[in-house]
Amino acid sequence: MVKLTLLEIDSLAINYPTSSGVVRAVEDVSFSLNKGETLGLAGESGSGKSTLGLSIMRLVPYPGVIVNGHIKIDETDILRLSEQEMRLIRGRKVAYIFQDPMTSLNPVKRISAHFVELIRTHEPKTPNKEALERAKTVLKNLGILPERINDYPHQFSGGMRQRIMIGLAIALNPDLVIADEPTTALDVIVQAKILDLLENLRKIYRMALILISHDLSIILERCDRIIVMYAGHMAEYATSLELQKAPKHPYTEGLLRSIPNIELSDQKLSAIPGSPPNMLDPPKGCPFWPRCPYAMEICRVKEPSLIDVGHNHLVKCFLYYKQGVNVE
Amino acid sequence: MLSEIIKVEHLKKYFPVQKSFLEQLFARKMSYVKAVDDVTFSINKGEIFTLAGESGCGKTTTGRLIVRLLKPTSGNIYFNGPDITEFRGEKLRLLRRKMQIIFQDPYASLNPRMKVGSAVGHPLEIHGLAKGEEKKKLVLDALNEVGLTPPEQFFNLYPHQLSGGQRQRVALARSIILKPEFIVADEPVSMIDVSLRTTIIDLMLNFRKELRLTYLFITHDLAIAKYISDRIAIMYLGKIIEMGNKERLFLNPAHPYTRALLSAIPVPDAERGRRKIGLKGEVPSAINIPIGCRFHPRCRNKKAECTQKEPQLIEIEKDHQVACYFN
Repeated sequence: MVKLTLLEIDSLAINYPTSSGVVRAVEDVSFSLNKGETLGLAGESGSGKSTLGLSIMRLVPYPGVIVNGHIKIDETDILRLSEQEMRLIRGRKVAYIFQDPMTSLNPVKRISAHFVELIRTHEPKTPNKEALERAKTVLKNLGILPERINDYPHQFSGGMRQRIMIGLAIALNPDLVIADEPTTALDVIVQAKILDLLENLRKIYRMALILISHDLSIILERCDRIIVMYAGHMAEYATSLELQKAPKHPYTEGLLRSIPNIELSDQKLSAIPGSPPNMLDPPKGCPFWPRCPYAMEICRVKEPSLIDVGHNHLVKCFLYYKQGVNVE
Repeated sequence: MLSEIIKVEHLKKYFPVQKSFLEQLFARKMSYVKAVDDVTFSINKGEIFTLAGESGCGKTTTGRLIVRLLKPTSGNIYFNGPDITEFRGEKLRLLRRKMQIIFQDPYASLNPRMKVGSAVGHPLEIHGLAKGEEKKKLVLDALNEVGLTPPEQFFNLYPHQLSGGQRQRVALARSIILKPEFIVADEPVSMIDVSLRTTIIDLMLNFRKELRLTYLFITHDLAIAKYISDRIAIMYLGKIIEMGNKERLFLNPAHPYTRALLSAIPVPDAERGRRKIGLKGEVPSAINIPIGCRFHPRCRNKKAECTQKEPQLIEIEKDHQVACYFN
């Protein structure tokens, strides 16, 4: 049988040592992703979702350091690779789509140069002409006229630039694309079109996708599985359907109750009290307890571990200690 | 009986496009960004009226025109009866007591060198309404009202010591301290974490009841618009293309643009199949607005007349108007 697992992350922890203390941006994160699967990373600002995404490219920004865990892509632990070897993984195995299409393209380079540089860095033997032809095919798939390949980034609208970013990500046909808030800077109609495009390309090129977003609606709509992040921890991990129908973690529950749904009328929204923790001084015990309506004595002193409540639905909460199985 | 607090008639705002010297020499006429291009609507007392649309549709400019932060190119604005379009000096200052604005970015709308207490109390000083202990008491009350408790603790903090949500609460406190009648809220929650948005919205809804406030709510997020508003106007390229009671508008969207906009909104539902967005192209530039219906280059149902004459808002059912020939 062919092995299906593409990405395996095990007990990953990432710290940012700062002058005012250590920020534990990602703590004890483990999950795996199969080929062709879509995974959503949902969470608020500071929940560690981008740091987690970047770590898969080994691009955690300074002063961040991976202090524990493994990240395996096709069974290779990328944390053990040299920078040279890692460069072969980036772009070819894993590609990253950044949030801001305005700053991620080089303003003094034509679109053609972006593509040619990318293709020839990874495949030095490819002649210029062939690289250009391939780039044009990609543009066509993006719904951009191939003639525009000689334009500069500023000649494109925000939505078009994001398409180009997606094009650069898929140009080498990677196995995994990580899209970090790919549509946050865009209007709803453009957003929906970009997400549709991403989904179509994902099917054509048979890629797996990790979609990072603060917008749980987008993730529920577009992903097979979801990880809800809170203060650097995986609060919950489940299929989209399970998460929506039977959310377990009080934070997920609260999030779902605070998003307006345009298809419902007379919806009653309720907020999660309090605010996300200061990551320099997070609460002891479960990071969510100060905001949790069900907080118990134990939550303030001890950190819960991930519990399997069935069907690979994981939740980090003491409420489920009796019904579930500790996975650690 | 419903009474109008705000009435806007044929409001226009054209921004001249800066040109280089050579272009000025040879250009035949000035070109303008028609940010707001003939907008007419009214807001009833106690109502939450929403202007919704994509970036560049003119919703923010309209809000700023109403609170007189921008001078309209033409058109009139009425507040509680009188025409305020030309108010200046003392008259304008007195008017500002009654109408306030909350901005989108709580990181930019608060002076980083002003402590929370002085920022919130500043309007009282400008309007000479309270000083010293009296002012402090009013400020503490306002902080309490917006849920920044205990208020004494927040009074002496600087904005950088607060989170985004807390900053927007400060902005909210500052906007209500003069006991205004009307507030323009320009995307007040779009930069705030999802879990905190509802608290800000709930606060606004509470103030409407307690302080009998009227809001002009400006947003690109139709899901939030649906939750909060009584009536909604959808703007496209500087014009209102559909307007009406929230229930009717969402139940029976009549303009092809409104329908496209609604189909593009993500729904927190994993089971629901996604709908197709029947819309091509992108929003054209507000400098060269298409002739006829400004939406026609992107419209699937366009007919000959759409390219010639601009349709006006027509009532298609009670409290529901649309600017499209095919309804």
